[in-house]
Amino acid sequence: MSIDVIDHLAGLAPGSPLATIRDVRRQAREQAQASYVALFEASELADMSRDERHAVATFVAALHRDTTIAAYYAKPLVPDLAITIATEATRGMASGPFGAYPAGKLSAEDTTGPVYAASPGVAPRLAAALNHAHMLVFHLRDASPEHLQALLDAGWSTTGIVTLSQLVAFLSFQIRVVHGLRTLAGA
Amino acid sequence: MTEHTIPQSGHAVPTVFTQAQLDWLPWLEPFPEAALTERHWAGLVDASRAKSPYFMLLVRDPDILQARTKTDKDIFYNPEAGLPRAERELAAAAASRLNGCIYCASVHARFATHFSKRGDDVQRLLDDGLTADLGPRWNAITSASAALSATPSSFGAAHVAALRAQGLDDAAIVDVINGAAFFNWANRLMLSLGEPELPTT
Repeated sequence: MSIDVIDHLAGLAPGSPLATIRDVRRQAREQAQASYVALFEASELADMSRDERHAVATFVAALHRDTTIAAYYAKPLVPDLAITIATEATRGMASGPFGAYPAGKLSAEDTTGPVYAASPGVAPRLAAALNHAHMLVFHLRDASPEHLQALLDAGWSTTGIVTLSQLVAFLSFQIRVVHGLRTLAGA
Repeated sequence: MTEHTIPQSGHAVPTVFTQAQLDWLPWLEPFPEAALTERHWAGLVDASRAKSPYFMLLVRDPDILQARTKTDKDIFYNPEAGLPRAERELAAAAASRLNGCIYCASVHARFATHFSKRGDDVQRLLDDGLTADLGPRWNAITSASAALSATPSSFGAAHVAALRAQGLDDAAIVDVINGAAFFNWANRLMLSLGEPELPTT
């Protein structure tokens, strides 16, 4: 059986008060772990490779300034790719959420921020994934069909886009649960 | 197979946060119902979700969909201990309001109203955003949910202290964390794979 990744990343020992509280939501605990397994121990990798999964996860964690989680997902990456991702994450640093609402009353709340584009040296398929991940992390309300078209144009399948979207969205959940549990444990 | 996006046009776009029932239109082709295998049905969890374009798009990767849905259900529906359901829904609505997901906010604002009977306060959260004054306990919950949702997260010891001061024990605070964090998952799917529509009738 694999370790519970959220407990591991949050530094919760088995039997600790917060680990015990997490046991009360047993299905949530088990299915958050099953989500991790579905994304990172998947056997069907035709639509998104293992390297792509770990590279995007490392990028997303780094954009959240979480060095522990970024290092965890970077472990299987070859050094060159790990360095590329670290460099790209530094280039992509921003604060969110920002973005535009559908034109109307909410437009008064529109805010802008940096739009990231991967360096020319990054392979097109990975570059498209990093561009999309950056949008999802920081300015999700700017999402449009054009963002999905850019992925299709770079060779992503519709199923691959679903997996990529789930992966970035899951990380956005996991990183916040870990941050919240660490904060609560120390408060 | 040629894969393509589905640009949606001509529909009524919601331009304010609302508790009204909205529809959702996909920007990518949902999986064809006739091709669903046993694994896809397991991914849908509830067979009725085969009628939803959102779940039929996500079911293209059935394993993560199944785990996502079961995580969601336990965080929000498990009645044992922790935060009352109304306030778990409030955390979801607050995260969705901050991120700007009009669809997600509509669903969970409705649930928050249903379980709390405080529809006017919920509407103030939608209309005025995270600065709305909803009373000390709800303010502590919406502030914590918004702080956790920011990137990077700004949820800190002061948020924990404010929640404890309003009588939340650690199990209830874990529910706030899980409820808000989960909507950072859901908002990103809802906002990026399609768009909301005001029903025509």
